Amino acid sequence: MRTRQMPRIAILAGLAIILLSLAWPVAGAPAFSPRRPIEWTIPAGVGGGADLQARFMAPLIDKYKLSPQPLVPVNRPAGAGAQAFIWLKQKAGDPHTILITLDNLFAVPLAQPELGFNWRQLTPVCRLLLDEFILTVHNDSPWKTVADLQRAAKAAPAGSIKMAGTGSKQEDEIIMVLLEQSWGVDFTYVPFPGGGAVAAALVGKQVEFTVNNPLEMVAQWDGGRLRPLAVFDSERIKAKKWAGIPTMKELGFDIEYLMLRGIFLPPDNPPEVVAFYEGVFEKLMQTPEMKDFIELGAFKEAFLCGDAFAKWLVGKENQVKTLMTKGGLIPK
Amino acid sequence: METLSHLAYGLSVALQPQHVLLASVGVILGIIIGVLPGLGGTNGVAILLPLTFALGPTGGIIFLASIYWGAIFGGAITSILFNIPGEPWSVATTFDGYPLARQGRAAHALTASFTASFIGAIVSIVLFTFFAPLLAEFALKFGPPENFAVMLLAFASFAGLSGANPAKSILMTLLGLLLATMGFDVVTGRPRMNFGLVSLLGGVNFVVIAIGLFGLGEILLTVEQGLRLMGIKARINWRAMVETWRAMWRMSVTIIRSTLIGFWLGILPGTGATPSSFLSYGLAKSFSKRPESFGKGELEGVVAPEAANNAAGIGALLPLITLGIPGSPTAAVMLAGLLIWGLRPGPLLFTDRPDFVWGLIGSMYVANILTLVLIMLMMPVFASILRIPFAILAPLIVIFSGIGAYATNNQVLDLWLMLGSGVAGYFFKKLDYPLAPLVVALVLGDMMEQSMRQALLMGQGNPAIFITRPITAGFLAASLFLFLLPALRALYRRGRLATAPREAAAREIRG
Repeated sequence: MRTRQMPRIAILAGLAIILLSLAWPVAGAPAFSPRRPIEWTIPAGVGGGADLQARFMAPLIDKYKLSPQPLVPVNRPAGAGAQAFIWLKQKAGDPHTILITLDNLFAVPLAQPELGFNWRQLTPVCRLLLDEFILTVHNDSPWKTVADLQRAAKAAPAGSIKMAGTGSKQEDEIIMVLLEQSWGVDFTYVPFPGGGAVAAALVGKQVEFTVNNPLEMVAQWDGGRLRPLAVFDSERIKAKKWAGIPTMKELGFDIEYLMLRGIFLPPDNPPEVVAFYEGVFEKLMQTPEMKDFIELGAFKEAFLCGDAFAKWLVGKENQVKTLMTKGGLIPK
Repeated sequence: METLSHLAYGLSVALQPQHVLLASVGVILGIIIGVLPGLGGTNGVAILLPLTFALGPTGGIIFLASIYWGAIFGGAITSILFNIPGEPWSVATTFDGYPLARQGRAAHALTASFTASFIGAIVSIVLFTFFAPLLAEFALKFGPPENFAVMLLAFASFAGLSGANPAKSILMTLLGLLLATMGFDVVTGRPRMNFGLVSLLGGVNFVVIAIGLFGLGEILLTVEQGLRLMGIKARINWRAMVETWRAMWRMSVTIIRSTLIGFWLGILPGTGATPSSFLSYGLAKSFSKRPESFGKGELEGVVAPEAANNAAGIGALLPLITLGIPGSPTAAVMLAGLLIWGLRPGPLLFTDRPDFVWGLIGSMYVANILTLVLIMLMMPVFASILRIPFAILAPLIVIFSGIGAYATNNQVLDLWLMLGSGVAGYFFKKLDYPLAPLVVALVLGDMMEQSMRQALLMGQGNPAIFITRPITAGFLAASLFLFLLPALRALYRRGRLATAPREAAAREIRG
C-alpha cells in the first residue's frame, strides 16, 4: 500500500509544481506588501498645498485600509524642496519611502543645477491631480476683469503693481513672467514662504494681485474678500462653483499652467512596488472624501500611471524649462 | 450680550464629559511633547492628527488644541531644570529659569512659569472671545514692513542685554547674524553659504544650536565641576508656591504687557510665539528697576516670556478661525484637520458651524485650566527627576537632546551641529561670552532679513517704505529709543552722580 501511495504523492506534487510554474508568469512577481510604516516625504513646509494634501490623504488611506502599514508624512522643505529630492535619490531601492511633488520637482533642479538632480532619477508612480491657478485680486480692487488689470498695468509705472507668490523662480513667478511678456509690462514679484501667507498678503492689500491655487483662496472668496478674475487653463473648471470663471485662453491670452500633484518612489524600485502604490492611490481617488476634496479645491481630476505618466512628465518638464528659459529664471 | 450666550453654549459643549476627557488626554500628551526637546507642538499635533479622524470636528479640534496648550506649558520645564529649551519659544525662559534652578529655586521658577503661562492664556482667550473678528481685521494691516519693524523692536530690546562686556555681546550678535544668513535665500531662490551641503540648505536651525549651546554646554561644565547638578534641590512645597505668587503680584504690569505682546504677535502671520517671547523678555528688562539682575535668576525674566508665548499660542488660532489663514505652522496642521473633518475653513465658519467655533473657544478656557491643574500636580514628578544621580541623568539628557535635534529637520547633520555647538557653548561660557545675543540674533536675523527684503521689493528698492507707513515708522522710532536706552541710562546715572554732591552740599548749607 505504501509503495503505491508514494508515486501518487509524487504525481500530485509534480502537478502542483507544474501548475505553479504556469501561474508564475501570469501573476508576475510576488505582490509587494510594506513591512514597516511608509515615510511620506513632503518637499514643502507644514501648511502648504502639498503638505495639506499628504496630511489629508494619509489618514484616509488608513481609514479605508488601503495599505497594511500607515503612511507617515515628514516635511523636508529646505532649499524649496531640494532636500526632499536628494533624500529620495539617496534611498535607492527603498520601497518604504514615497514623495508627493508639486512643480518644484522641475523648477528646483533647473534653478539649482549644482544639485545634480533630475526627476528621471526617481521612480514615477502616478499623477494624482492637477492644481489650477487663479488670477485673483482683492474684492475692493477697481479691476473687475483681466482686461482692467492689463490696462492698469500698461498705464502704471513699471514695477509699481505688485504680485505676491510662493517662493522664488517657481510656478507663481513663472506665471507672472508669462503675463509680463505677453502684455509687455513689468510687475514686482514679492516672494512669501507659502500659499497661506500669499493669500493673507492679498487680503491685507499688501500687494495688488496673486495667482493662488483655488484651495488657498476659496475661503477668502467665500468671505467676500477676494475676487477671482481668470483661470490659467484651456478649459473652465468643472466644479459648479468655479464654472463661471473665464479661462485666460478664452480671454485671448494663451497662458496655460497647471501644477502636478504626483507620487514618486526612490530610484530602482521594481514594478511590483510601483503596482502596490498605484493600487493604493487608485482606490484612494475613488473615496467619497477625495471626491469632496477635489470639489472643494477645484482640482482637475487627472489620475494617470505607468508609461503614460512618464511620457507626460517629459512634456511637462520641457514646458517648465521653456518657460523658465524664456523668463530668464535659470541661472547662467 | 450675544457673545456671552455663544460663550455659554461653547462652554456647555466643552464641558461634555467626552470633551473634558479628550482635553485631559490631549493636555497630558502635550506636556510630554513639550518636555521632549525638539519634538515641538507642531510635530506633535501633526503626528496625532490621524487619531482625530474618528472624533469628529469638535472633539478633534479640542483634542489637537489641548495638545498644543500642553506643549506650550511644558516647554518651560526642561528650560528651567536643565537649561534645555523644550520648544523654540521657551529659549528665553532658560535665561533666568535655569539660574533660578541652580540657586535651588526651581520650584519658584516652575510655579512662576506655569502661573504666568496660565494668566497669559486666559487673558488672551477673553480677548479672543470678544474681539476676534476686529483683531483679525487689524492684523491684516501688518505686512512685511510692519513685521520687520516689530522684529527690529524685539532685537532692540535686547541691546546691551548681558551688560558685562559690550564688545563680547556685539561679537556674539554678529556671529548669530552670520549663522542666520546660511541656508536658502527665499528671495533669489538660491542656496547661500551651504558649502554645497544639501543638509545645510535649510540653514542652521536655532533650536539645534540652542540645545547645544545651552544644554550640552551646561552638561560639559557640570562634568568639569564634579558631576553634580549645582544646588538643585527643588523641594516642592506650598510655601514656595505662595511666595512665588506673592512676588508675582508685583510683576502684574510685566505680565499684562507680555500677554498683549504675545497675543498680538501670535495673531500676525509671519511673527509668532518665539519673537514675542524675546520681545517680552527684552522689554521686561528694559523697564525693570534692576535690569542688571536679569540673566542671573530674576523671576520676572521667567514670567515675561512664558506669559507671552502662551498668549501667542492662543493668538495664532485667531486668523485660522476668523479668516481660514493659519497664523503659525501648528495652526496650519489644524487647517488640514478642518479639511479632514469635512469643514470649510474661512470667514463663514462662525455662522456655518457655531458648535465647532464656540466649542473650541469654550474648550480653550477648560483646557487651560486643566493644564494648570495637571501640570501643578505633576510638579513633584519634575522635582524627582532632579534626584536622579547626575551620572545617569546626563547621558539621558544627551540622548533626548539628540533625538530632539534630529527631529527638527530629520537629518543627521543636526546631531553634529548640536554636539559642535555644545563644545562651543562650553568654551563661550568659560571665556565669559554671553550666549543669549547669539541665539536671539540667529532666530530674529533670519525672520528680519526676509521681511526686510520683502518690504524693499514692495517699495521697489526705496527704503522710504519704512517711514511712510505710520505703524512701521512708530515701531522704528520705538526701536531707536530702545537701542539708545542703555546709553541714555548711563548718561542719566552719570548726571545724577555729578549733581549728588552739589545737592548734599546745598542741604548742608540749608541745615
